[in-house]
Amino acid sequence: MIPFANLLERLLFSPGRNAKLALLRRYFETVPDPDRGLALAAIAGTLDFPAAKPALIRELAARRTDPELFALSYDYVGDLAETVALMWPTEGDDTAPSLSDVVSGLRDTPKSGLPALVESWLDACTPAVRFALLKLITGGLRVGATARLAKLALARMSEGRVDDAEIEEIWHALAPPYEPLFAWLEGKGPRPDPPGRPVFRPPMLANPIEEPDLAALDPADYVAEWKWDGIRVQLLGGAEPRLFSRAGEDMSASFPDIVANLAHPAVLDGELLVMREGEVAPFADVQQRLNRKAPTRAMLERFPAHVRLYDMLFEEAEDLRALPFTARRRRLEAWFARAAPARADLSPTIGFTGLDQLRGLRAGAREAGIEGLMLKRADSPYVAGRPRGLWWKWKRDPLAIDAVVMYAQRGHGRRSSFYSDFTFGVWDGEALVPVGKTYSGISDRELAFLDNWVRHHTVARFGPVREVEKSLVLEIEFDGAQRSTRHRSGVALRFPRIARLRHEKPAAEADTLANVTRLIPGEGP
Amino acid sequence: MAHPSTWLTTRPAGLYCEPGGFYLDPHSPVAKAVVTHGHSDHARPGHGAVLATAETLAVMHARNAAPASERAIRYGETLSVNGVAITLQPAGHVLGSAQIVLEHAGSRAVVSGDYKRATDPTCARFIPVPCDVFITEATFALPVFRHPPAAAEIARLLASVALFPERTHVVGCYALGKAQRLIALLRQAGWDRPIFLHGALQTLCDLYVELGIELGELRPVAAGSGLAGEIVLAPPSAIADRWARRLGDPVVCAASGLMLVRQRAKQGGVELPLVISDHADWPELLSTADDVAAPEIWVTHGREDALIHALGQRGIRGRALRLVGRDEEE
Ligand SMILES: [Zn+2]
Ligand SMILES: [Zn+2]
Repeated sequence: MIPFANLLERLLFSPGRNAKLALLRRYFETVPDPDRGLALAAIAGTLDFPAAKPALIRELAARRTDPELFALSYDYVGDLAETVALMWPTEGDDTAPSLSDVVSGLRDTPKSGLPALVESWLDACTPAVRFALLKLITGGLRVGATARLAKLALARMSEGRVDDAEIEEIWHALAPPYEPLFAWLEGKGPRPDPPGRPVFRPPMLANPIEEPDLAALDPADYVAEWKWDGIRVQLLGGAEPRLFSRAGEDMSASFPDIVANLAHPAVLDGELLVMREGEVAPFADVQQRLNRKAPTRAMLERFPAHVRLYDMLFEEAEDLRALPFTARRRRLEAWFARAAPARADLSPTIGFTGLDQLRGLRAGAREAGIEGLMLKRADSPYVAGRPRGLWWKWKRDPLAIDAVVMYAQRGHGRRSSFYSDFTFGVWDGEALVPVGKTYSGISDRELAFLDNWVRHHTVARFGPVREVEKSLVLEIEFDGAQRSTRHRSGVALRFPRIARLRHEKPAAEADTLANVTRLIPGEGP
Repeated sequence: MAHPSTWLTTRPAGLYCEPGGFYLDPHSPVAKAVVTHGHSDHARPGHGAVLATAETLAVMHARNAAPASERAIRYGETLSVNGVAITLQPAGHVLGSAQIVLEHAGSRAVVSGDYKRATDPTCARFIPVPCDVFITEATFALPVFRHPPAAAEIARLLASVALFPERTHVVGCYALGKAQRLIALLRQAGWDRPIFLHGALQTLCDLYVELGIELGELRPVAAGSGLAGEIVLAPPSAIADRWARRLGDPVVCAASGLMLVRQRAKQGGVELPLVISDHADWPELLSTADDVAAPEIWVTHGREDALIHALGQRGIRGRALRLVGRDEEE
């Protein structure tokens, strides 16, 4: 655990990408199997310990620390693992277990034995090692190194034998502790992917388009599609059909209604939506389905899933990715005509003659289910990652309101220990009603201002939440408004972020609930 | 006996001794004040008469906060003002920092100002004084704050200097106390190269040397100078801005008790956080409560909730004074 804890500590504080790559590479080169592969899995997020959850840590903290002091400390530090690592009552003597001992302990120990095991580890470790251990258990290391960065470090480690695209390509056929992968990278083994088995392929992503790119673009080279407001998915048709998220997470169990219709062998790219009677439902309906590991029949009926297809990567075993977009599109159309899967359709291409026409289409795209436009080069091959200049996403302009800060809470991750999560509201008559919560969009300087402002304008405390004086106006940008039962106001905003602080604006002049309701599709003037 | 709560009160300008007619570390200008130490949140400019250690008064002069009239007293010396006996005892916080021991009508209160219990080569060590009311800070009053030995943190800094000999280590630190303590700790650890200073740290380092604290060779950071492999000290505000970047590829370090909280350190753009504090950490706050054996402890500023809760568990009555105008860290 000690080398892993040191790696995490250094990664967390190294500002430069190159420094991080060097740290990761040195770790992978010097730490033996299986620990290095387990560290890779921890960073890439492919370790899961179903029985070891944050609740276990809270339970241990409750047993070994004073509850009031724990609550105050957690409120200050903002991160469960760090709070417990710092306030755990022993000094630790560094008889810490190895990473593989920890992983097998967490995986193989029966649930009833876990608290005692984790407790004995915490007693033996110093605060830095405790932190690494607890991060491993709570998941989401967020140490400033992503799966992507780790794969780049692996490619460097191979000294030119393997490039990072090849690692991405086979990644989803591999599992921790990745011993065959390391053997391949070190030139001691073959490429570790069994042929013929369909696996998730890294998807091609679009870049947001800005005016200069737009001006430089020749409309004749591009095909336009709507940008659907759903979840990007990859579908593996065939004998063992599968549905994956954009990040390669297997979501098949959550969407049996889709998977059941994918008998024809192919790898397809598309958007997951909820559709009723041919109409795309609001994104909130997709969310209802997302985190249900086993949806009930009622859920399936209330929120019927649908995929809108726009690309094809493989047909049977034939890799189509090197073909131009238009050729792949023809293959997709032909395949779709033959396979005719239920609960699926093709995303239509939009004919256009010039940019002005596209601008008009984008500006008019306000109905539910459409986020803007996609522009794809007609000759673009299907390239994993986010290549420049091939696919563009052109979101419609964000909506904006002026809202009043009502409650604040300390953030997590990078912003923990600062008041950085804000609930904001708009006027409903004489009262403010909350319409959303956001933590994104602010610069560090604004964050410092807001943190200080909250400390000096608190009017009440509810556990970690502070109610503040209703005097500060924020301009909130968001992608759309929808009906919601989550907020008292009955409205929820999609992707709200703070556009700027409006110190000059009196709170009484912030927007009203009626103004916000008008922005819900179908409820406007 | 008259309990200190009958003769020590809080007023808008701060803590006030009624029979003595003076304030303790007032945060706005007053006629008469006793000042614990030279940090700007305790030693404000504009007072009429100030009583403090000679070192604290010298710091106030160096910071353009000198009062109209002043009186210096030594640690252990007692002065009587309108029937209140005032004695100063070392607080171990920065050079000249003092606890103010007040005795009146048969009871004793100790205003500790800011203090720490760990050794510091640049100032006299804290002396616990048994009292009826102990008035404490609570800057690091959470059980998460257990500061490691400063020498171990200095060893981490020197290890990083050895690991990145081509980079300059720029350490953010407060101008009064922390800077000089870091220099003295580096000297103790055997670092005998010149140490480079941002201009804002020069005056107080010069003052420390004048007052007899050995700091070795100090040099100003000259414009455009190559300082690869060297250690530079700068105020916290300078380490993340252009000033530090002109030093080439600096390793940004910061020396503060807050560096214990990873996300705090990261937020400040710090690559090497050094947990070196001039304030009492959690175990020190509690052991000091035991040492002074006061049945009642008043908390001036910081995280009073946690401290008062923990004191209550030890049978000590805690009270939050909620004094305004105190900085998080100085
Ligand atoms: Zn202070
Ligand atoms: Zn101070």
